[in-house]
Amino acid sequence: MTTTVTPPETTPAKKPKRSRLPKSARAGGTLHGGPIAYAILIVFTLVSLFPLFWTAVAASRDNQRLAETPPPFWFGSNLFKNLEVAWTEANLGEAFLNTTIVAGVSAVTIVVLSTIAGFAFAKLRFKGRNMLMLIVIGTMMIPPQLSIIPLYMMVAKLDWTDQLQAVIFPSLVSAFGVFFMRQYLLQALPDEVIEAARVDGAGSWRVIWHVVFPAARPAMAVLGMLMFVQAWNDFLWPFLVLTQTGNPTVQVAVAGLGRGFTPDQSLIMAGALLGTLPLLLVFAIFGKQIVGGIMQGAVKG
Amino acid sequence: MATRSDTAASPVKGGAAPGRRPDGSPLSKEEKRRAKLSRRWQRDARWSPYTFVAPFFLLFAAFGLFPLIYTGWASLHQVELTAPTDMNWVGLKNYTRIFDDDFFWNAAQNTLTIGLISTVPQLMMAMGIAHILNYKLRASTFYRVAMLAPYATSIAAATLVFVLLYGRDYGMINWALDFAGIDPIGWQDDKWPGQFAVSSIVIWRWTGYNALIYLAAMQAIPQDLYESAALDGASRWKQFLHVTLPSLRPTILFTVVVSTIGASQLFGEPLLFDPNKGASGGAEHQFQTLGLYLYEQGWVNQHLGRASAIAWTMFAILIVIGIINHVISRRLRASS
Repeated sequence: MTTTVTPPETTPAKKPKRSRLPKSARAGGTLHGGPIAYAILIVFTLVSLFPLFWTAVAASRDNQRLAETPPPFWFGSNLFKNLEVAWTEANLGEAFLNTTIVAGVSAVTIVVLSTIAGFAFAKLRFKGRNMLMLIVIGTMMIPPQLSIIPLYMMVAKLDWTDQLQAVIFPSLVSAFGVFFMRQYLLQALPDEVIEAARVDGAGSWRVIWHVVFPAARPAMAVLGMLMFVQAWNDFLWPFLVLTQTGNPTVQVAVAGLGRGFTPDQSLIMAGALLGTLPLLLVFAIFGKQIVGGIMQGAVKG
Repeated sequence: MATRSDTAASPVKGGAAPGRRPDGSPLSKEEKRRAKLSRRWQRDARWSPYTFVAPFFLLFAAFGLFPLIYTGWASLHQVELTAPTDMNWVGLKNYTRIFDDDFFWNAAQNTLTIGLISTVPQLMMAMGIAHILNYKLRASTFYRVAMLAPYATSIAAATLVFVLLYGRDYGMINWALDFAGIDPIGWQDDKWPGQFAVSSIVIWRWTGYNALIYLAAMQAIPQDLYESAALDGASRWKQFLHVTLPSLRPTILFTVVVSTIGASQLFGEPLLFDPNKGASGGAEHQFQTLGLYLYEQGWVNQHLGRASAIAWTMFAILIVIGIINHVISRRLRASS
């Protein structure tokens, strides 16, 4: 597609300007990486991936083998047995279902609310807009952990312990989400398109449905994935209000495996592997988009 | 839509539709309909923005702001976990109790040192990696996705793996150190090794993510800046120091703030790093952070009031950090 838009004949025109300088003098994006750059990157990639690889290795062994030196470096034969035991022992089937519900509801709600609010902050003029946006950014600085005690009291009062809504409700908004969508819509949605819809007599909700949502779709997908990952990996709050036997999320269940119900290390690793695998798959498939989304959110941040 | 297209009274200029024409003659039926639609339009344009941003503020007020303030109120009471709705006023007693507790100061110190050990090398490595990624590379997407894999790994799963890797007797790290002639290190038992190990989990999870953020900022630096620096004879290292770093200042500040907040809240890693000791963060509290101390007071010792006082103390610390950060960033801006 791009070759048809920019014919290759036009590229040489740019080249003379660049080649004025000796190749080694330039830093930044135009320079090719040398062997040292590749070596550092490969080491860093290995360090990033090795613990995950080794989780699988340990999960395929048995407890006895993990208590010997040298530690195993390659797979044994117990993988599927361990996965099965970990699955039942940690209640992982239920945990997966619960986490999918929690992360799904949280991600979808955040995306929809953030898109609408982000649109208002990016494209509508109203009194107090800048002040309100500053407040939104300010709330990003307040860690949710400082609010857990009253939230816990609320949950106790409502008798929501061990129930999913206790985890869902506090996770429905994200200041980052509002900010992210605002930044995206500022540049991705031309004012003329909104004006045109207005001239056609569309009210604000119609504009959102027919103009904003379609224009924001790529950013909504990225934000949805980021929020899903965040909700999937959230640990402290689910750990406080859910228990391993009553409606655990994956993190609660996996942490429960590690906290003494089974001293069997290979089982713990099998549980950790199962808890991580779904997200790793998502990253393997949508990695490029997620990387792009994080970088896009960062430039304007 | 088509039927209403004639009623689109100029939304931008938006003069309120007058009930009468300037010359005072009454409006026809059609004109009245238009005026009504136009008024509805006006109402829409004026109030809908607030409707759109309201859900965020309402939900934040309910689950963020109100609990934060209520934590302050609860910190002035004796509240037990077993009966969270029974509150007895005790004034500042919770604060004096925690300030008299050696474990509070221990936790504060640990939070600071673990925060430094985890944040400073992490951001410096991220900067280096980002610089390399900014070169033209083969398979650059692969490296970017691969270094994001730790970010996709949960705290629980990551910590459990590192517990095994850091095992004193059979862990791979001590096994490898043995080749270098280093005796087995008690990562879970000794203070500094423990803090280093906990920090390494944080570093592992977040370096790649921060590298991507730096990379994004680097790619936004105009190429001309490098070209002119190179024409002036600046070496690559000088270009990095005098072009890259200054352009990245806002991004660096952003990551420092985010990492600092994250470090001050550290909880899951130290909790799970010694699963048998749990909330005490090691047998001698050697890697108990403030987050863990809050949890221990509130949910193990069941004093929610005291835990609230810890939460507000942490809040105060964050405000102080925020002010320091603000002053520094203003100085930096003034100097540049």
